Amino acid sequence: MKPTFETVVEQYGATVLRVCRAVLGLHDADDAWSETFLAAMRGYPELPASANVEAWLVTIARRKAVDIHRAARRNPIPAEELPEAPTELGLPGRVDDPVWEHVGRLPDRQRSAITLRYLGGMSYAEIAAVVGGSADAARRASADGLKNLRRTYPGAAAKGAQ
Amino acid sequence: MNHPEHDAVAAVSAPITAEQLARLHRRLETDAAAHELLDLAYTTVDSPVGELLLAATPAGLVRVAFAVEDHDRVLASLAEKVSPRILRAPSRLDAVARELDEYFSGRRRGFDVPLDLSLSRGFRRLVQEHLPEIGYGQTRSYREMAELVGNPKAVRAVGTACATNPLPVVVPCHRVLRTDGSLGGYIGGLEAKTALLHLEAAA
Repeated sequence: MKPTFETVVEQYGATVLRVCRAVLGLHDADDAWSETFLAAMRGYPELPASANVEAWLVTIARRKAVDIHRAARRNPIPAEELPEAPTELGLPGRVDDPVWEHVGRLPDRQRSAITLRYLGGMSYAEIAAVVGGSADAARRASADGLKNLRRTYPGAAAKGAQ
Repeated sequence: MNHPEHDAVAAVSAPITAEQLARLHRRLETDAAAHELLDLAYTTVDSPVGELLLAATPAGLVRVAFAVEDHDRVLASLAEKVSPRILRAPSRLDAVARELDEYFSGRRRGFDVPLDLSLSRGFRRLVQEHLPEIGYGQTRSYREMAELVGNPKAVRAVGTACATNPLPVVVPCHRVLRTDGSLGGYIGGLEAKTALLHLEAAA
């Protein structure tokens, strides 16, 4: 049986807020949160009961947050399709995962790249537009960050094994 | 960082307080209602007959439930029968809560809020529509109710209609008793039925 939408908000409200904050920072995250749950509420009756609600919400949240981010910038980010959620850190948007503590200890560029990539679901071009530098630099920072993580956090190594 | 305002990790690791989430929730309640997405709003209120669940559609109050009915179960059933677009939105039930408060303190004898009887059909609904005709402090027998709706033989069906009243207290099925004056059944338990009858007798 499908839970009430209230249950959905209770269960995933914090996760969605973290995703929005990852993409937009603290200031604009609230708007993205509101738009995410409004859009989700619109589509909720048609969502199959078997759907992964968290993944569905995180996808909407990323889209809304990136939209707001694009609208706020003078130079729009190249309109590139969002990548499918990478899985190397476990479920994307899973902010209660202890891995984020380790991410927090990475050097600035690496932790930003990883957070925006894996929690925000952004492309490297979008990450570059947020943190500066080129898309290639963002890709390298993300790869270096992952390498560091695998050294310091065994859980990430196991999940990231290919 | 080139853009310190976008320090993603700082933003991600900033604490999320219950108060922030409550504020966002209130905003969602308002936005959802404005976009006509809030199919069901609910809240719970304390009362002398225990905690009551109040649920409303845009058309009006659709469900009042006693704690013994299990509020979670009632909400799950509403999600299935009406819509899963349900939010706890107390402000949308302010008028009902206020009238109930006045009723339980003996200052109100009837309810003015719009009602949505869409959970009931056919004969049950007919009976429930007529229940408010039993005045405050009065009682009727199941047989008299059956006569009132023009079907004197349907005594058992009247009993069922009272037992399945989706709006107890507000639609006064507690004022219907057995012909011998004994209580009959009640969705909120006999203790609640007695309490309501005493309240109305005392006022």
